[in-house]
Amino acid sequence: MAIDNLTVKRIAFLSRLKIEDEKIEATKEEFNKILNWIEELNEIDTNSVEPLISVNDATLRMREDVVTSGNCLKDILKNAPSAEYDYFAVPKVVE
Amino acid sequence: MTEITTFSVAETLKALKNKEFSAVELTKAYLHNMENGRQYNAYITECADVALKQAEEADKRYINGTNRALEGIPLGIKDLFCTKDIRTTAASHILDNFVPPYESTVTQHLLDDGAVFLGKLNLDEFAMGGSNETSYFGPVINPWSKDKPLVPGGSSGGSAAAVAAHLCAAATGTDTGGSIREPAAFCGITGIKPTYGRCSRYGIVAFASSLDQAGPIAQDVRDCAILLKSMAGFDEKDSTSCNITVPDYESFLNREVKGLTIGLPKEYRPEGLNPEVAAYWDKAAEYLKARGANIKEISLPHTKYALATYYVLAPAEASSNLARYDGIRYGFRADGQHLDDLYINTRTQGFGAEVRRRIMIGTYVLSAGYYDAYFLKAQKMRRLIHNDFMNAFKECDVILTPTSPITAFPIGDESMLQNPINMYLNDVFTVSVNLAGLPALSLPIGLSATGLPYGMQLIGKPFDEGTLFNVAAKIETDAKFERK
Repeated sequence: MAIDNLTVKRIAFLSRLKIEDEKIEATKEEFNKILNWIEELNEIDTNSVEPLISVNDATLRMREDVVTSGNCLKDILKNAPSAEYDYFAVPKVVE
Repeated sequence: MTEITTFSVAETLKALKNKEFSAVELTKAYLHNMENGRQYNAYITECADVALKQAEEADKRYINGTNRALEGIPLGIKDLFCTKDIRTTAASHILDNFVPPYESTVTQHLLDDGAVFLGKLNLDEFAMGGSNETSYFGPVINPWSKDKPLVPGGSSGGSAAAVAAHLCAAATGTDTGGSIREPAAFCGITGIKPTYGRCSRYGIVAFASSLDQAGPIAQDVRDCAILLKSMAGFDEKDSTSCNITVPDYESFLNREVKGLTIGLPKEYRPEGLNPEVAAYWDKAAEYLKARGANIKEISLPHTKYALATYYVLAPAEASSNLARYDGIRYGFRADGQHLDDLYINTRTQGFGAEVRRRIMIGTYVLSAGYYDAYFLKAQKMRRLIHNDFMNAFKECDVILTPTSPITAFPIGDESMLQNPINMYLNDVFTVSVNLAGLPALSLPIGLSATGLPYGMQLIGKPFDEGTLFNVAAKIETDAKFERK
């Protein structure tokens, strides 16, 4: 399954990354090299194999629905690139 | 370098208890080494003030008799562990101003046991790499380098280099596809990736959550046993943490290997395997045989597919985990007229080339129309690889393999840079273990003709780290490897 330039652009946008126009061709080739290599997995028939999602198959633990941490607004906003009125600030979204 | 910084953790603890030197003296000696060892670029952030304060507290405790398991031991922490009020970067521009308001569980355990934190250690950006060359803060230099600078391995390259050069008594690492074991092998020291679920992942910057595990990197097997005892343990804050008692790992070191069956997977000896590697592998097996262990050839039939499986699953999980870096709540933010521009500019400028590559590969294999062909396929392959090990462990107690097919290579190696797959191939002996969630230890076995260390890998049954320490201690005794 070789990918084309358009797919590279689409994947970059889905990833919220920019690829300069002159680098699209090289990126495509690099991706196709990696994807070709991954194709070797198709040598094995896995139709009847259950996918392995996690090695420890324990079910998720239940716990009381209580607040385990909180009241740390100031701590959390300390790392914000921009904060106003106790909120994270972003460029205007609604015109 | 003063003599006290060449001591192992076990020796240092004994000396501190006997008041041969104080924790403050010891910490100052390491800080001195760090100052003189900056050419290795092992630390991203040094924290002398914090360390000296912790050392003073340790000295008080030695005097009043309330000293804890690691009281006064100066450690380096891989800069992937969140440390409260100490900058944590993941070696990425996108986090280079991030100061966590909380502490990771593993580092909290170490602090609770009295450890001293010297600073935060360099790594591949977001732990993605096998050479420490993808760090935003520049490559780490392997202390074994001779005429030209060599890589320390990765991603825990700063940890391995710092331990080898005595810039800390021991260090923490993380391992997603070999990131503890490969650098330990390249730098002639010892490291263990425990069973998935043994150490809490809470507060460790996530790369591929179903594969990531924390573990120690230290001078020898005993030090790894001491450190892991402290780092491991159940944690409610990590839903994949396992509630299984952590044994006293040191107690396994004196056990015999007589009667144990050691498996040697035939798939790990492909045609063209470096003859030096093959010879050391045989030698390690002979040591164990001479002590009464049974050596048995085993088969892990899907070994060939482990790398490709890993390079679907790890980028897929990474693309999802790294979606959080958007310049809104923490970390670097680039300007953008609209919100999407802000996201795109932040991420494009904030991430390095290898991280961007993996995010895009991961996004692709998870995208509509390709999910089944790549991601689901890889999850099925993961099952087969896992089953291989479970079947093998019906016939043996421990598996012995080389850690890496090569020794440390020069920084800026052309073939690795030109084709990312060449770099990925270095993980050939280590990634299967992460896919299967098993514990594995790497220890030095000997030097190449060019004077560079090779590592041996021991792979254990789930939660059987103890047997790894048992067997590794015997190989260590017999190999008589001379550390830096």
